[in-house]
Amino acid sequence: MKMKSLIAGGILAAMASTAALPAFAQDSVYVPLFSYRTGPFAGSGIPIANGMSDYLTMLNERDGGINGVRINIEECETGYDTQKGVECYEQVKAKNPLVISPYSTGITLQVIPKAGVDKIPVLSMAYGLSAAAVGDVFPWVFNPPATYWDGASAIVADIARREGGLESLKGKKIGYIYLDAGYGKEPIPLLEDFAKAYGFDLTLYPVPGKEMQNQSSQWLNVRRDRPDYMIMWGWGAMNPTAVKEAIKIRFPMDKFYGVWWSGGNDDAGAGGEDAKGYRTMNFHGVGSDYPVIADIKKYVVDAGKSQVDPAKFADNLYNRGVYNSMLIAEGIRRAQELTGKKVIDATDMRAGLENLNIDEARLKDMGMEGFAGTLKLSCSDHSGHHQVYVVEWDGKDWQKSGEWFSPMTDVVRPMLETAAEEYKAANSPWPERTEPCLSN
Amino acid sequence: MFYREAGQFKTSYEADQQVFPILQDRIGVAIILGVAIFIVPFVANDFFLSAIAIPFLILALATIGLNVLTGYAGQLSLGTGGFMGVGAYACYKLTTLFPDVSIVVHILLSGFAAAAVGMVFGLPSLRIKGLYLAVTTLAAQFFLEWCFIRIPWLYNYNASGAIEVPGRQILGTMVTGASAGSVPRYFTVLAIVILLTVLVKNLLRGRIGRQWMMIRDMDIAAELMGVRPLYAKLSAFAVSSYLCGVAGAMFVFFYLGAAEPSAFSITLSFQILFMAILGGLGSLVGCFFGAAFIWALPIILRAGPPMIGIPIAAETAFHITSMIIGALIVTFLILEPHGLARLWQIGKEKLRVWPFPYA
Repeated sequence: MKMKSLIAGGILAAMASTAALPAFAQDSVYVPLFSYRTGPFAGSGIPIANGMSDYLTMLNERDGGINGVRINIEECETGYDTQKGVECYEQVKAKNPLVISPYSTGITLQVIPKAGVDKIPVLSMAYGLSAAAVGDVFPWVFNPPATYWDGASAIVADIARREGGLESLKGKKIGYIYLDAGYGKEPIPLLEDFAKAYGFDLTLYPVPGKEMQNQSSQWLNVRRDRPDYMIMWGWGAMNPTAVKEAIKIRFPMDKFYGVWWSGGNDDAGAGGEDAKGYRTMNFHGVGSDYPVIADIKKYVVDAGKSQVDPAKFADNLYNRGVYNSMLIAEGIRRAQELTGKKVIDATDMRAGLENLNIDEARLKDMGMEGFAGTLKLSCSDHSGHHQVYVVEWDGKDWQKSGEWFSPMTDVVRPMLETAAEEYKAANSPWPERTEPCLSN
Repeated sequence: MFYREAGQFKTSYEADQQVFPILQDRIGVAIILGVAIFIVPFVANDFFLSAIAIPFLILALATIGLNVLTGYAGQLSLGTGGFMGVGAYACYKLTTLFPDVSIVVHILLSGFAAAAVGMVFGLPSLRIKGLYLAVTTLAAQFFLEWCFIRIPWLYNYNASGAIEVPGRQILGTMVTGASAGSVPRYFTVLAIVILLTVLVKNLLRGRIGRQWMMIRDMDIAAELMGVRPLYAKLSAFAVSSYLCGVAGAMFVFFYLGAAEPSAFSITLSFQILFMAILGGLGSLVGCFFGAAFIWALPIILRAGPPMIGIPIAAETAFHITSMIIGALIVTFLILEPHGLARLWQIGKEKLRVWPFPYA
């Protein structure tokens, strides 16, 4: 009896493992999306994941893909966990992905060294390693439209604008509350340099990942230190908690800045009316008043091909997912143009991303006029340090506040180059760039 | 019929005392080793080696480390993740300070740092037992994690707070870093795991291992019979932490490639504890069963359905896997509270009398 079932089990297992792998359709490219719809960061991860897959699905449904090449989308659940991310990377690597979007700074840091070896481009849109903007050192990594250091410099620039110039920052106290992980630590070197250069006091308030829903001790310190401004680098459940705590200690919300990742609708919404004035950086449109969003609604959401909750359709992080997928799609399109091939591979994709040039006309074609700014990358500049703007919470939704402005690129760029050199030295032997630079 | 030692006579003390006294066991182990060395690396794809085989071997070693302490010496510990972290950070510091020394030497040395830390946190075990000891090792876990975040010297003042593994070679082949292939990494890990498993097996059979088991079974009786609890308990902590430290260093250098402090969180400690309990406390082969069950099964369950063409959303697969694993853990523990190792033993006994169950 026992033996029989053992043998039967063995045969079953053998059959299962030899089942043939399904062949992919001829004219398609494989784009894996790392997402997290589970775990403590799901609150931020779900809208992003929905936006990313919905835009690509829309292209498949509306245009039959990109120039007739369908996009084969597959999500890999990481739970914002670095180990699972590495596992996802190994899993998708075998299927010849065009590009990897890790959606976690921790995972990005892990895959950066692997990307060059495996020849798979990494698109870390406005996250990940800031120094990766230096394309001569990191040919396979892209972080458009702006790096974290750009973001931090933009926040400082906006504070300076309100105070009446960079020299007025002298003697001001700025607090920095951040998720104590690779993500939150990323802009600290820049902020420290700025504090020295412009004479403001920088106080750090780290929030450990597992205590992000209990920040009372950090905010008690904020109340004691009374900083003039607070800057936040939060993600997932950390954001709504911080907003609520800031309200509790009666911190003036209009002096509370978040990076773009702290700008979810649920993040500020946790404070409701009291969070009025809370502001974050942004680089894409808010709301649903754009042709591209209407198309997504028509072809994907109304057709029942999306997982999005209708009430949360086109919220701020959803639109960011759309923006991210737009970069992927445009990278593919550019690569097709450059190579003349329809079905491109990862090497072509790298060249495509490097030569991205999205002008106003192209934005209009995509139905993204006013949704996104123009974007241009080059071989040496993989981020572009593009313009950003401030959105302000009006108690119900995000509203654009002020005009688009440039981060302090002239100061940040040399620092990024130094940081890239340091990274190269710390990770020696770092491979020299051998990838050819195609002219635009 | 197949698994019977009838007719195998031992004619010398060596034959009587060998690790695998039964011929069939020796053949079985030889086949497993043969498959692991000569077949797996050449047949398996990159994903299997990098995401399943390498971490499985490493975590099995960490489970052996915990099993030495909890299963053999009876000291409950929740600090495994922290001790693994000590090994990883020690190895990182060593290899950045002395880049010319072979990485294998560094990995084996870094275990000693973990052993030293483990002994310090093992001191309370001389006074307290059981769950109370678990609480003090929990303190070790939190303290060590705090160190990994707050002492920038440990990660060479890296801005992101992570340790990144530099590329290192053995005999001209890259074994760490991004450009290392999965096969060289697999062989290095396999060699270290086999070496340490053989060492531990012999340690457990000898005087020291017997002392640990005496302490576990009844510490007062052991003391009356001349076992010194101080030496026995601290040596168990030292050996256990050494193995965990080596496993932690390998986890970062051969599997993750870079690590944030959160990689060594309490979750890892619990994961390894579950591996030890589910595999079978006080059994070496159980450590491998436990590691395979907790680590490899979820990955295979997640990757399996899409591979055979069943479309399933990523997060649904995630939820289903958690449910299946949870249900299996409960089922196994109800059916066999002594773990998978005990099931294996029962299986062997059945095979021994098959097909005449009353013989």
